Amino acid sequence: MKRLISLSALAVAFGCGAAHAQYTDGTIKIGVMNDMSGTYADLSGQGSVVAARMAVEDFGAARKGMKVEIVGADHQNKPDVGSNVVRTWLDVDKVDVIVDVPTSSVALAVSEIVRDKNKVFLVSGAGASDLTGPQCTANTIHWTYDTWALANGTGSAIVKTGGDTWFFLTANYAFGMALERDTAAVVTKNGGKVLGQVRHPFPGTDFSSFLLQAQASKAKIIGLANAGSDTINSVKQAAEFGITRGGQNLAALLAFITDVHALGLQTAQGLIMTEAWYWDLNDANREFTKRFAPQYKGIHPTMVHAGVYSAVTHYLKAVEALKSDADGKAIVAKMKEMPTDDPLFGKGTVRADGRKIHPMYLFEVKKPSESKGAWDYYKLRATIPESEAFRPLAEGGCPLVRS
Amino acid sequence: MFEVFGVSSQVLFGQLLIGLINGSFYALLSLGLAVIFGMLNIINFTHGAQYMLGAFVAIFLLQYAGLGYWWALLIAPLVVGATGIIIERLFLRWLYQLDHLYGLLLTFGLALITEGVFRNYFGSSGLPYSVPPSLQGGQNLGFMFLPNYRAWVIVFSLTICLATWFVIERTKLGSYLRAATENPTLVRAFGINVPRMITLTYGFGVALAALAGVMAAPIYNVSPQMGANLIIVVFAVVVIGGMGSILGAIVTGFGLGLIEGLTKVFFPEASNTVIFVVMAVVLLIRPAGLFGRST
Amino acid sequence: MAAVEQMGTTAGPVRLWSEPVAFAAMVLLLVVLPAFVYPVFLMKALCFALFACAFNLLIGYVGLLSFGHALFLGWASYLSAHLAKVGQISVPYWLGGWQWFVIPLPPLPPELAILGGAATAALLGLIVGAIAIRRQGIYFAMITLALAQMMFFFAVQAPFTHGEDGIQAVPRGRLFGVVDLSNQTNMYITVAVIFLGSFLMIYRIINSPFGEVLKAIRENEPRAISLGYRTDRYKLMAFVLSATFAGVAGATKAIVFQLASLTDVDWPMSGEVILMTLVGGLGTVFGPVVGAFFVMTMENYLTAIGQWVFVVQGSIFVVCVLLFRRGIVGELAHRLRVRL
Repeated sequence: MKRLISLSALAVAFGCGAAHAQYTDGTIKIGVMNDMSGTYADLSGQGSVVAARMAVEDFGAARKGMKVEIVGADHQNKPDVGSNVVRTWLDVDKVDVIVDVPTSSVALAVSEIVRDKNKVFLVSGAGASDLTGPQCTANTIHWTYDTWALANGTGSAIVKTGGDTWFFLTANYAFGMALERDTAAVVTKNGGKVLGQVRHPFPGTDFSSFLLQAQASKAKIIGLANAGSDTINSVKQAAEFGITRGGQNLAALLAFITDVHALGLQTAQGLIMTEAWYWDLNDANREFTKRFAPQYKGIHPTMVHAGVYSAVTHYLKAVEALKSDADGKAIVAKMKEMPTDDPLFGKGTVRADGRKIHPMYLFEVKKPSESKGAWDYYKLRATIPESEAFRPLAEGGCPLVRS
Repeated sequence: MFEVFGVSSQVLFGQLLIGLINGSFYALLSLGLAVIFGMLNIINFTHGAQYMLGAFVAIFLLQYAGLGYWWALLIAPLVVGATGIIIERLFLRWLYQLDHLYGLLLTFGLALITEGVFRNYFGSSGLPYSVPPSLQGGQNLGFMFLPNYRAWVIVFSLTICLATWFVIERTKLGSYLRAATENPTLVRAFGINVPRMITLTYGFGVALAALAGVMAAPIYNVSPQMGANLIIVVFAVVVIGGMGSILGAIVTGFGLGLIEGLTKVFFPEASNTVIFVVMAVVLLIRPAGLFGRST
Repeated sequence: MAAVEQMGTTAGPVRLWSEPVAFAAMVLLLVVLPAFVYPVFLMKALCFALFACAFNLLIGYVGLLSFGHALFLGWASYLSAHLAKVGQISVPYWLGGWQWFVIPLPPLPPELAILGGAATAALLGLIVGAIAIRRQGIYFAMITLALAQMMFFFAVQAPFTHGEDGIQAVPRGRLFGVVDLSNQTNMYITVAVIFLGSFLMIYRIINSPFGEVLKAIRENEPRAISLGYRTDRYKLMAFVLSATFAGVAGATKAIVFQLASLTDVDWPMSGEVILMTLVGGLGTVFGPVVGAFFVMTMENYLTAIGQWVFVVQGSIFVVCVLLFRRGIVGELAHRLRVRL
């Protein structure tokens, strides 16, 4: 079930500027694929399409004579739906670059297809650190965050501030266990101790039983190695059972501001998490948010949306420099060669393994009394500098790097 | 405190209590299904969607009418029950002469429509609903901290289950219902309005689902899919209990909650599947279910 | 099922030429369509058409509604993907601790992978059938649903399926060591041949003495028993055959799309095959094929109305059950007074 929502094609190429550029069928077609109807619809969804559109406008494609078209589709978090959409897009609809794609299973499948067809894949929504590890390709760039960065950010920053005993509540599937494994490694490396873990079935509804076990362990930090509605339910039920009142803190290993919004500050207060971007961090972000929110039902942009904006901007710069959108490998190589610079993420680089480098931030959810209104949810606990935020290049196991 | 298989009795009792709470939901939901199937021979696949509707109506009542949890407990089942009656009058009554499987397919289609519409308007993340102030907080029982709301869930479910069982098995109204299922023509000849009884019974079963939905709203994430995965577990419960048996549904619901609770302690990864394993085992030994009558 | 009984028996003389004509038309379409329609879409529709035909064998000719057929589609696709990509099978068993019984195999060529997938489906069909056949009607449907859901949860956790990621990058390989299946045309021809071959086999099963007994069981089981038939055995055999063909569909699908994922074992997939068969026409030979193409096309092109696909699917269910029980092909057959 593909949902192809064709949005208006932007700007028409007139003679002058376009004469020197050779774009496949004259257009640069950007395909934004993500979850438009399921658990991740709010943190990516139509918002990513809005972000991409804003990136194209801010880049001034029209002025430069570049014809850019944006299409969107829903992959419903299923790898087979995602693969089908991407295949059709690349074979039939002449899409040149695929953007966003949350849900790691889909992203991994898409990465393979994009490599086979030599186009470009800019991942913003998915988290699997394998995308810049064993599964890295010369056509994929992993933009916003990954599980290693989250584990490292949340894990080490919390241990360093006193949270040195951990208990994991893990979703019993590949992603959840990977999160647990990565975070546990970071915790022990920084001198903390993992007191135990419990694997809950995925997807779950009632976590009371597992939370009770977490409570009994008396660990200072309960790490939630799950995502989406599992995280929301865990936090909600933890509040019900008075877990935080007993002195334990919850650490969400993969959470977005939209999750906090769904929970409400009353329930989510004190939750600790790592994100790559927050709308209220600086003026440039706030400026972007003022333009973005009205176009997306008032929902404030998440780091995924910001990542899409940043990635599309850099892509367009590379395509402009090469004057072509045909060869995916060449474009990605160009994107790695040029340093990145955009209003949202500032200056940064793209590494050889396809990893975009920028600082990560550790946030704590405010108490209701500390918040001035809707979406004012985070206070900054720590900034992880870009040199430490992501997995070192040598440790990834990416075939492109090993020489 | 003593230890059982390496788990302290404290933890064990806590888990069993939680299992009992979950069992209450299973019992309440399977009660509605069992009533509908026992009386009408219809498998109501829409049950999960109606459970979801109950929770959403509770949220709407709060958002748009300022009516809290206690009002919702009363109004939501009535509202959703009314939609049930409409469904029965509009769709289901054409299917009674046909194979029962068509009823299953129809209610499956209705479930898809309901969930699709709600997903369209409300997305999938879910909406918040908090525990009513009078039931917040909890008691420290020594071996665990029991939220008041969860204790209320057990008590209330048990009451509703026993009341329903009593009405159906021990009162005159119930006996009319049971007779009407076995031999509608004869009962009609006695002057009893059988079609109306059937409609009201379906409405009642649906109302039970909505009631479970209202009770779930404060503790489980309210989203359009909340009923979809739960409904299959409830089917398993009803099959184990014996498809027409009210008592079977209640006992099995609570029992399975306990078994699931135990599994979460000793073998948490399997807690999703244990119910189906039990179902397979029971079916091999007693094909009609624990309390069922062999047809 | 009551309405199904109306179908195989048309009033008046039944024209028997209709079936070969329809079959020829189908073959012609399969040859011609790739020029106009995206071949990958066609291959997908063919796999689902086979799945629906397999399902129809059970519901249309034995009268058993299985609500868990996704189990066979999905697990066959997993095994087929695993055999094609990794090969080695490790079966856990308990002997003082969990031990692994390893069958060392290299990655297999596609034809063996598909056979392996089908064999898995047959085995699962035997086990599930043995449990479920004891009950009829709705009980049977509920049991298949619950067992399928249980196997879904196994699929989520079993390491070889890679859970949410699924088995990805499954090689298409060389058929019989010779034909390179990464060539789209070769793959399409292979899928079409598999489909047509299986279709003919199912047709043969339906129109055989065995098939006649199945229809007798559907119409009146007590009478069939009184005539001395061991109906349980026949039902189980039909169940296993249905499962096997569903397995062929799933295994082929894994090779075509180079992916085996949880979607194929999840219960909405079971619902979808019921929809296809219902829309196409229960108990007709060509109904499931038409139904599968119809539903696939609908899903493909309903993209414009977004999330409403579920609503549309549900509405089709409701409309079909209330007003259109014969389905497209069934209605056509009834009007033309032919057998399709």
